[in-house]
Amino acid sequence: MKILVAIKQVPERDAQIHIAADGKWIDEDDLAYTINEPDAYALEEALQLKEKNGGEVVALCAGPERVTSTLRDALAKGADRAIHIEADDLAERDTLGIAELLAAAVKAESPDLILTGLQSDDLGLGQTGVVLAELLGIPHATIIMQVEKTDTGLRVKRELEDGWFQHVDMPLPALLTIQSGGNKLRYATLMGIKKAKTKETSTVAADAVTSTALELARIYLPEKQKQTTMITGTPDQIAAQLVEKLKFEVRVI
Amino acid sequence: MSGVLVVLEQHEGTWNRMSFEALAAGQQLAESLGIPCSAAVIGKSVAALGSELATKKLDTVIDVEHELLGEYTSDGYVIALEQLVRQESPAYVVFPHTYQVRDFAPALATRFRRVLISDVVAIKAEGGSSPVFVRQLLQGKLNADYRQTADAPTFVSIQAGTFRADSVAEGTAPIKAMTPAIEASQIRNKPGERFRESASTVDLTAAPVIVSVGRGIGEAENIPIIEELAAALGAELAASRPICDNGWLPMERQVGSSGQTVAPKLYLAVGISGAIQHLVGMKGSKAVIAINKDENAPIFEVADFGVVGDLFEIVPALTKAVLAAKG
Repeated sequence: MKILVAIKQVPERDAQIHIAADGKWIDEDDLAYTINEPDAYALEEALQLKEKNGGEVVALCAGPERVTSTLRDALAKGADRAIHIEADDLAERDTLGIAELLAAAVKAESPDLILTGLQSDDLGLGQTGVVLAELLGIPHATIIMQVEKTDTGLRVKRELEDGWFQHVDMPLPALLTIQSGGNKLRYATLMGIKKAKTKETSTVAADAVTSTALELARIYLPEKQKQTTMITGTPDQIAAQLVEKLKFEVRVI
Repeated sequence: MSGVLVVLEQHEGTWNRMSFEALAAGQQLAESLGIPCSAAVIGKSVAALGSELATKKLDTVIDVEHELLGEYTSDGYVIALEQLVRQESPAYVVFPHTYQVRDFAPALATRFRRVLISDVVAIKAEGGSSPVFVRQLLQGKLNADYRQTADAPTFVSIQAGTFRADSVAEGTAPIKAMTPAIEASQIRNKPGERFRESASTVDLTAAPVIVSVGRGIGEAENIPIIEELAAALGAELAASRPICDNGWLPMERQVGSSGQTVAPKLYLAVGISGAIQHLVGMKGSKAVIAINKDENAPIFEVADFGVVGDLFEIVPALTKAVLAAKG
């Protein structure tokens, strides 16, 4: 089975975020980047499917030069090849525009299965996978915890709300968006990191932005929903003040 | 029509609880723009639900019915709703931001060369100018104003808790039925029965005090310091998703959109940054105390009392102080 994993590079969770001068995006200077965590689970699922069923895992990522470090990490973990869609203007593209970039690269590969995370840690729109499937005219399923190859295609386990699940049978080729927690993430081994240097990364140039449907007009710090009383001091002083609140205001002691 | 069309969600004749929050959002959007609001229910044999909708202040209620819509499939819903939207030509299509909507609505929007504005937490709309839809970015650290630059329709999904279901305006509305053209061969996925892994033995929804732990705990070996605090307070232990994903605590202790929704007297959040998926599960708590090393963590937006600091110093001190106070 040829599996293509679409991954995104996002700012690290602990990164200090500053709004850029134009107020439309974050200041990207000095930011540390990493693989989008749900996409790391998608990569893990792909690697496990390959271990069980054979085939090839190809990592795909759109973005500027810096995203090649995330592709190298994917190769070090066990992906066979990587494709970098070189685009310096992701912020100007909406989800449809990004999915079109990915679709063009996917078509050239005609994989049996496409995996991606269920949403990104930065924009969190949670749509790129579904839109990509629609553009490619293939079936999709979202929020997937388990994937099993069957004689006719796939049997997947979808997470529904409130602790419910459902199995879905579907034909191939197909696209799945992967939920976290279905697998344990692996670390790259030293051998993997060495091997990654010899693996192939191809680069394709992105087409220019044509039209967009959405505009991100402004970003800003959220307004507080509650008046928060900040408690300061040494750990013992903080603990004593919290106990006072628990006794006399929250009344749980 | 050029109004607002709200598409509600039901499963086997029971509304998804977020449906009426989306309806409230649709009515308020229509009101502020001075345009009509209609609503649709989709499935098999949904007439009773349509009659219930007809008691709301709506221009029209549309029952979208088909044998092949009895069991949810993305293909069935996209095909049916594409026909509904083309027939009604609404300016805005509003959905609740459910798992099901996340599964099909992006594909539906793509058929119109539009992008779903998902997970909306506020709408700023006035007659005359195009409305601004507010979403969160970077796990709740930032808000963003989105505006559709393309022509209608605009597709929007509303996050849980953004609008109040009890603010839906009452009225009377005519009902019409629509039978979309769908062939069984167009539906590619074959869904099975819904199931639960095992009966949950932990009911967090009834707990008066919850101590909840997040990524800040670092590793599984550190969980006992949180357990000790929970024991001292007589609290249930809970967690955010990553803790359960890592297997450090069982999935049934998870609070958030994919876990349990809780409303305790006290929610003590330790090392939890407060991504929206977590906040929707706990923001009904009466009092919230947050301990986190990042002063900009979104959990502080919903906290009554906040402590910026090292949980490994503060939690043991607090456990000691609670035990001393209980004497």
